[in-house]
Formats: sequence, structure tokens, C-alpha cells
Amino acid sequence: MKGQKMKRNLVRRLLQYIRPYKFYVVCSFILSLLYVGFVLVGPVLYGQAIDAMIGAGAVDFRTVFITAGGFAVCVLMAGLSQKLLGNCVNSLCYKLVCDLRREAFYSLSAAKIRYIDSHSQGDVMTRIINDVDVISDGLLQGASQLFTGVITILITLVVMFVINYVIALVVVVLTPLSLFVASFITKGTFRSFSKQVAVQGQLAAHAKEMIDGQKTVILFNEQENSCKKFEEIDARLYEVGWRAQYFSALTNPSTRFVNAVIYAAVGVLGAIFCILSSESGGVIHLGSLVLGGFTVGKLSVFLSYANQYTKPFNEVSNVVTQLQSAFASASRVFEVIDEEGERTDGDCHLASVKGDIRIEHACFSYSKDTKLIEDLNVSVKAGSKVAIVGPTGCGKTTLINLLMRFYDLDAGKIYIDGVDAKKIPLDEYRKMFGMVLQDSFLAEESIAWNIAYGNENATRAEIEAAAKAAYCDFFIRNTENGYDTVLRGNRSLSQGEKQLLCIARVMLSDPPMLILDEATSNIDTMTEMRIQRAFKKIMTGRTSFIVAHRLSTILDADLILVMNRGAVIEQGTHAELMEKRGFYYNLYNSQFSN
Amino acid sequence: MKRYFQYLREYRLQCILGALSKWIEAALELLVPLVMANIIDKGVTGGRGISYVLWGGAVMLAMGAIGFGCAIFCQRTASIASQGFGTNVRNALFRHINTLSQRELDKVGAASLLTRTVNDVNQMQSAVAMIIRLVVRSPFIAICSVVICLILDWQIGLVVFAASVAVSAVLWVIMKKSVPLYTRNQKNLDRLTQITGENLEGARVVRAFQSRDKERARFDNAADVTLENSLRIGKISAWLNPLTYALINFGVALILFWSGYKVDTGSGLTSGEIIAIINYMTQILNALIVISNLVSLFTKAHASMNRVSEIFDLKSSVKDGGESVADFSAPAVEMNGVSFSYAGDDRYTLNGISMCIPSGATVGIIGGTGSGKSTLVNLLPRLYDVTEGELKIFGHDVRDYSLLELRKLIGVVPQNAGLFSGTVRSNLQWGKDDATDEDYEKALKTACAYDFVMEKGGLDQPVFESGKNFSGGQRQRLTIARAVVGNPKILILDDSCSALDFATDAALRANIASLKGVTTFLVSQRASSLHNADVIFVMEDGKIVGRGRHEELYGTCDLYTEICDSQARSAK
Repeated sequence: MKGQKMKRNLVRRLLQYIRPYKFYVVCSFILSLLYVGFVLVGPVLYGQAIDAMIGAGAVDFRTVFITAGGFAVCVLMAGLSQKLLGNCVNSLCYKLVCDLRREAFYSLSAAKIRYIDSHSQGDVMTRIINDVDVISDGLLQGASQLFTGVITILITLVVMFVINYVIALVVVVLTPLSLFVASFITKGTFRSFSKQVAVQGQLAAHAKEMIDGQKTVILFNEQENSCKKFEEIDARLYEVGWRAQYFSALTNPSTRFVNAVIYAAVGVLGAIFCILSSESGGVIHLGSLVLGGFTVGKLSVFLSYANQYTKPFNEVSNVVTQLQSAFASASRVFEVIDEEGERTDGDCHLASVKGDIRIEHACFSYSKDTKLIEDLNVSVKAGSKVAIVGPTGCGKTTLINLLMRFYDLDAGKIYIDGVDAKKIPLDEYRKMFGMVLQDSFLAEESIAWNIAYGNENATRAEIEAAAKAAYCDFFIRNTENGYDTVLRGNRSLSQGEKQLLCIARVMLSDPPMLILDEATSNIDTMTEMRIQRAFKKIMTGRTSFIVAHRLSTILDADLILVMNRGAVIEQGTHAELMEKRGFYYNLYNSQFSN
Repeated sequence: MKRYFQYLREYRLQCILGALSKWIEAALELLVPLVMANIIDKGVTGGRGISYVLWGGAVMLAMGAIGFGCAIFCQRTASIASQGFGTNVRNALFRHINTLSQRELDKVGAASLLTRTVNDVNQMQSAVAMIIRLVVRSPFIAICSVVICLILDWQIGLVVFAASVAVSAVLWVIMKKSVPLYTRNQKNLDRLTQITGENLEGARVVRAFQSRDKERARFDNAADVTLENSLRIGKISAWLNPLTYALINFGVALILFWSGYKVDTGSGLTSGEIIAIINYMTQILNALIVISNLVSLFTKAHASMNRVSEIFDLKSSVKDGGESVADFSAPAVEMNGVSFSYAGDDRYTLNGISMCIPSGATVGIIGGTGSGKSTLVNLLPRLYDVTEGELKIFGHDVRDYSLLELRKLIGVVPQNAGLFSGTVRSNLQWGKDDATDEDYEKALKTACAYDFVMEKGGLDQPVFESGKNFSGGQRQRLTIARAVVGNPKILILDDSCSALDFATDAALRANIASLKGVTTFLVSQRASSLHNADVIFVMEDGKIVGRGRHEELYGTCDLYTEICDSQARSAK
């Protein structure tokens, strides 16, 4: 019941998206009616033409001309309407796909960070790219196939009943055979394909793991074991794979066989009726039944229909599975579209920001059952440098998440220059901060584009100035196309160079407050020194939070926040904290001295 | 193409029988319209009566049933043969990949190797299935239909022939026009995927820079380009069915006109035959459409085959060596004028390296990114072979050992520590698969990994793909344990302690130093990690610019002094 209701809702929503393209929908309906009509009238006309060719010297040329000509016209009209129908359905499909993708992406770009953090990227991408295609394939192509299929079946039946209802009845009785076969095969195929997909996934997973780690495989002489495991999975894939293939390959021969049976039945019955009808002069006596005359031409109509008859049936049964997956995809896409966005409103506009920050009684946790930050209180004066230290997992990243308002506090408040952060519009709020994270993200666009990311109006001269200030200029000039080099897959630059680019990006946007994350490892000494210098340069005169891994950073900090298990357990300057001989003292001795 | 026949050889019988039975089915199907024509011409107009008609019907049913049986048999054999072929090719390919050296693997790239093993082989596999199932059938039906029509009446047969040619031409033109558009469509979709991915991965950056609208505009742009291209594809492909349908049926109309004259002049054409010819026209159309689908399938499969062949054509640049036995009284490592270039040309990554390391020494290697540190240690287990010069391990050239023996002598902890899905035990088994639990525990203790492994669940603690359920530092320690468990004579740690805190790093180095008779190479960015090494090599641009103990180097080697000072500065 619930499923039914959900489906109805889905249909209603999809109809909303289709509404702007009503015109195409209406045209599609009319055109498919025309198309099917013209296609099915054709055989009736040439049947009459055949009946007009009675024998040598007795051909009724007038009828032959009219019917054969009429047939040609029908063909032309059917072709034309099919082409137009194709255009309509395609336009509708592709435009809908574009709309849905756009809407899903819009929702994504405003979604809460919590949503993005808690969903697998691959899954969300599949929804926006593949699922949308499934909707258009299944729903629109499917619906239009269903519609033409059903009309074809109906018109065929009507014409057949009008010409000769006995033969028509025989056809109707044989029809379920085709439906039965089709549904049997569909079910079997689905089952064996699910098995195949599972094993194929295992195979790909093993191959990926081994190929990615091939160096280690070689070093530990593990080639043979790795191959054996691969062959073992592959052997299982063979077993399920050929069966899945076999099942899906049954469709065509079975359809052809059902067709052959119907064709033979129609042929034999029709021929017998022709004989009976010519013996008794234009009427057929079947016991007490009296049927109208039957001719070779009429037989040819039946034969032609019988040849094409099972095709729409197969299509219709395919459409059912197509529709099911389309609905599944639609609900996945709508989930993205319906995702609640960040609250961006606020009515406090700060004209100029000094950079005083106060956090009062802040509480926060990612999930309800595990507490993280509780009653956090920090007060930072404008222009000071705050170092955050603590062991891994102590909540440093969480603090950044809260400061940037990537996540909302469960309780408590953050004040900027004495103003409640929540009252400042989100975009204006974030504009006050510059952020350089360890694995800061760069897009697959040109280097200049990436530096100017926060500042679209920046001129090339400003971009280069920022790059020079962040010590990027020399390595940018060494890349293939300098500032116009496109960063492919982020492989072209080293970790450290990327971080320098991010610093340049922040320099260009010139924010009053900063959040920096020092790099921990895998950066060579020279680059490391440049980053340190760039950090120093950018921090002057700005309130800055810096996640510290280095002594130089914490020693000259105005305030050190020592975090452990989500709480700031000590705060003060280096000298004050050393005097305390507490947690910081121990941390300092184990981590920073050697 | 020839090389792939061997993978199909064991299915020879299936291929032949499958194709043969499919051919029988097609032949029977071709006869049906003729039987029907006979029923009409002899049974109805010829006056042979109802019994003749019934016989005809029985023949048609029998033919249908036999054809069905043949087809089922064919589908079964085709499935077995093609899946078997795919299995054989995949296995051979994966085995071949495992014989390649790092140099070849680098060249192709892991992602590409994976697609070739999985997707490309699948393409080839379905091509084999289609060859057995359809290549015999469809052209046979198309050609024979035309021939039968020519036999029934050669003039009308010519009309049939002309219509078939016209349909083929239309199919060809439409394919030709749409293929490049489909390629472009794929590119457009890749771009959409890329932008979406960037907005997920870089969600924080997008928000931090308030770039929501900018990103939306970027996506809109790409979506519009995609839409425009799709619409063009739609317009072209929407021609396919109407055009082919119209061409065939204009043929039918023409045949009807002409038959009128023929029947009137008594040239022997009967109404049964006309019906049969019309039926053949439909068959031809269906067969031609199948053929056009086959053509695009085979183009894809051919491209896939070429990509797979590229891998088969790669030969390992590292040849298996001789049967030398290590002489442990000789120096552990000797290098004389060793140079190395990845591309094999004069762009040397290593240039004129010489060293002689006595057994049991601890060697430190330091230098900036790209100075050649990792390349240097990669030469020892022959991940790459030297381009010039001589590299000896325990008295013999590395190429004189069998690869198996050489790599048993050397334990390596690569830079980006990789674990494999399984358990802690199964990962340690890579180092030595017949070791006892005590051996494993000892190795874990040496690597400072014992405590957290036991805390988590012991040796049978599951390890997820690439060790995701362990932290970076834990992963590094586990890979060290894996290298230590095999009791290697030479241990190489390639920047493998970077994620450890100083205390653990120091403890680990002390443990390793206490291993008896093990020559250790420590590659590191941290000068402090190398303090106690017996000899430190300072590398820059592929050359050794300083060698000696810490005390000897500090103050005399400029680069070394600079590195130490900069790290001390940030440490004070």
C-alpha cells in the first residue's frame, strides 16, 4: 500500500517536470496514434490489391492502382509520423534529463556539509549522471513504447475481429503463450544477472586491489597467489556468467517460436476458410455459424499481422521492468533534489570586520549517541594568532567545521565582533574567513582559474601578484602552459605545491580572518619552508586559527588551544602552559622535542 | 586477432555446432513463406483441398519446433563458448600483467589496466557470442531472401534487391553520422561527472568561497552542451526506423503494381508468391537492422581487442636472472657508476651513483622530492633495472639471482603503505606464509604494531580494502611488520615512518637497529630520523652530494646543513 502511494507521488512529481513540455506530450500521443494507424492500414490495402489480381486477364487494374497507391501514401504518412514522433520523444527526454540534472546539482551545491560528508561520492554522482538517464529511458521511452504497443495490439485485434472473428479468437487464445514465455524469461534473466553482477564485482575488486598494489605484489613474490585467486573467482564467474547469458539469449528464439505457431495457425485456418468460402460462394458455414467470405487477400492481412503481433507484447513486458527501475531511480534522484539546503539568511550585515571571535558554551556532536564538543568557551582578540594542538581525533577539524559554519552548533553561540554568527547571512559570514586545508581542493581547470576562485574579477596581473606572494610563480612558470595549465586529476602538482596555490587563492580574496592547517608529512624541505613563509606573510594583521604540527607555530602564538577528546582542556601562551606542567607539557615533550 | 584463437580452441566444437544449428534454424525460417505460398497456391487456388492445407500447417509447425530446438541449442553453446573464451582471456591477461615490471605498469597506469581486464575483455566476449549467434544468421537470411525472390521472379527480385541496397545505404550513412556524436556525448557526460565530483570533494572550498552560483553556472554550461549534442543525436537517429521502413514498403507498393501486370499477362506469378515476397521484404529489413547493430558492436569489440593486445604485447623489461647464491661475507650492496633513466634516454633520474655498504650497516638517504631517493632503493629488488653501471648484492650482480631469491633477500616497505583486504594475518603471510603466530607477533612487536593489533582483535582482525580501517600510522607499522616477518637480509624503509609521531618513530628505529645481521636503508625527509645511521647519503638531482655520518656531514655538506637547520628552526 505504502509502495503504491509512493509511486503515485513519484508520478505526480515527474508530471510536474514534464508539464513545461506539454506540447511534446500531446504531439507524441497524436503522432503515435497516426503512426500505428497508418502502419496497420497498409496490409489491409495490399490485401485488397492481391484480391484484385484474380488471374490472367482478370486483373482489376483500377483497384490495384488505388490500393497500391493508397498503400504507398500510408507508408509515407507512417514514416513521417514516426520521424516526428521520434523528435518529440527525444526532445522531451533530453530536456527532462537536463532539467533533472540541473535541479539535482543545484540542490547539491546548496546542501549541508553533513549530507556530503555522510554520503558516498560515487553514489551521489551515480544519481545525478546515471539514474537520471534511467528515468528518461525507462519512463519516457518506456511509456511511449507502452503506448504504441498497446494501441498496436488493440487496433490489430479490432481489424482482425472485423475481418474474421474466428481466426481473431484463435490469435487471442494463443497470445497468453507469448506473455507467459516472456515473463518466465525476464524473471530468470533477472535472477541470474544479479548473481553475475555480484561475482563480477568481486572479480573487479580483486583485480583493482592487486593492480593498484602491484608493486607490493612483485616485492613479496605474490604473483602466483594473486593469479590463483583471480582464476578462482573467474571460474565462478564462468559458471554464473554463461547461465545468465543463456537465459537472456532465450528471448529472441522463444518469440520467434511463438510467432511461428501463431503464423501457422492463422495460415492454416485462413486457407481452410478460403477453400470453404469459395466452395459455398462467398459465405462460410461452420455448423450453425455463418461467416462472411474469406479471400487470399484477407489471409495476407492476417499473415502480416501475425508476423508482427508478438513484438509489441514483448515490448510491453520489457517496459514493466524498465518502469520499475525508472521509479527506483526517480526516488533516488528526488532524494538529492529534496535534500534540505543550508540556511543562508540573516539580517546582520557587518560593514567592516575587526576579527574578535568569541565562542560561548558551544556543544556539538556528529551523532546523537556520541558526545564530542561540550561547553566550549574561547575568546580571541582581533589580529591574534591562535594555535590549535592536540592528538589525532581530538576535535581540531570539528572546531574548523564549526567556525566555518559547515556544521551548526547544537547549543551555544559564536560571536564575531560581538554579533551572533547565526544572524549574519551565510555567504557574508564565510567571506570573512580564508581557509587553507592540508588537502585543499583544486578543480580540473587552469591554474589561473583556481587562484581566482574566490575573486572572479581578478585581473591576470592580480593573479600573478598573489602567486608571487605565495611563492607559486616559479613552479607555475615551469608547468607546460604556465598560468593556463589545466590541472589534470591533480596529478601535475605535488602536495606542497598545491597547498601553496591554495594560499595564493586566499591571498587574492583577502579575508579578515584565517583558518590554516599545517601539512604534516610528505612535503620536501624547500617547499615546506616556502609554505611557512607564506603562512607568516598572510597571517600578519589577521585573526588566524592554525592547526599546528610545528614548534615555530606554537611558540609565537598569542593563544594556544590544547584540545583532547573534543574539549579545550588548556589554553594560554606557550610559557603559561609549560608552567602548568599539565597535558600540554607532556604533549610538547613527547611530540615536539627530540 | 590470431593470438586469441588459442583461447577459443577448447570450445571449437561448441562454436561449430552452435553456428551450424543456428544456420539450420535460419534455413527453416526461410522456407516458411514458401510453404505458406504452396498452401495458398496449391491448397486454396489449386484446389488440393483442406487435407493439403493441414499437411502444410503441420510442416510449418514442425519446422518451427525444430528451429526452436536448434536455436536453444545454439544459444547454449554460444553462451558456454563465449563465456569460456572470456574467462581464458581474462586469466591469461591477468597472468601476463603479473609478469610485467614496474616500468611497464607505470606506463599503462593502474586504472587503464583494470578497465582492460574487466570491460574490454567483456566486449570481446560478447563479440564472440554474437559471431556464433548472429553473424551466421542475419546475413544468411538477408542474402537468401533476396535470392529466393530472384528465383520466384527475377524482375521483382531485382526490386527486392534494390530496396535492400537502399536500406543498407541508409543504415550506413546514419551510423557514420552518429558515431562521432556518441563519442562527444561520452565526453560531455565525463565533464558533468567531473564537475559533480569536484563539488562533492571540494564542497568545503566551494562554500568557503561562496562559489555556489559560479559552480551552478559551470554545471549549466556543461549541461547545455550535453543537451545540444543529445538533441542532434536524437534528430539523426530518429531517421533510422522511418526511412528503412518507408524504403522497404515503397518496394512493396512497387511490387504490387508490377505484379498486377504480371498476373494479368499470365507470366506465372501467383498470389501465394506475392505474399511470400512481401514476407521476405520484412525479413530482410529485420536482418539488415541486426547487421547494422552488429557492425557497431564489432567496431567496439575491435577497439577493445586492440587495447587488450597492447598489454599482451608488453614484455617485462626485467628478465628473470640466474641461480647465484648469496655470499653473506661479501658487502651487502655495491654500486659502481649506477645510472638510471625512466624513459631509457639521457634524462637521468640517477647519475653515477657508487657506494659499498657492508653487511649489517644502517644507511640513511635524505634529499628533496624528486632527488632520486626512492628510485635508488627501487633498484635493489629490481623493480627497475639499472640503465648503466653495476649493482651487486652479496657479491653477485642483481641480475644473476632469480627474481624469487632476490626479493626474498630484500624486505621493502614502500612509500605509500598498502595493505590488502583480508586479515592482519593474511597480510603478514605475504612476508612469510608458513610462519607461526609467534613469528607474526614478534614482527608486530618489532614494528611497534603489537599493541594496537591486539587491542583491535588480534591477528584475525579484518583488514578492509587498502587498509581503510587503520589509521595512516597504523598502516605504516603493519607494512613494516609485513616486511620484517620474512627475516630479510636487507630492509628498506622508503619514507615509511612519516605518519608516526617522534616517540614511536624513535622506538621503531631502535627495534630495527637491534635486528641482527640486517642491512637497513632508511629513506626519510626528517634529518632527525637519520641521526644514528652508519652512513648518510645526501641526494640532489639524482646525484650523491654528500656522504658520511651526521657529525661529518653537518657543517661540510651545504644541502645537509640547510635541511637540518630548517627542520631545527621549525623545531625550536
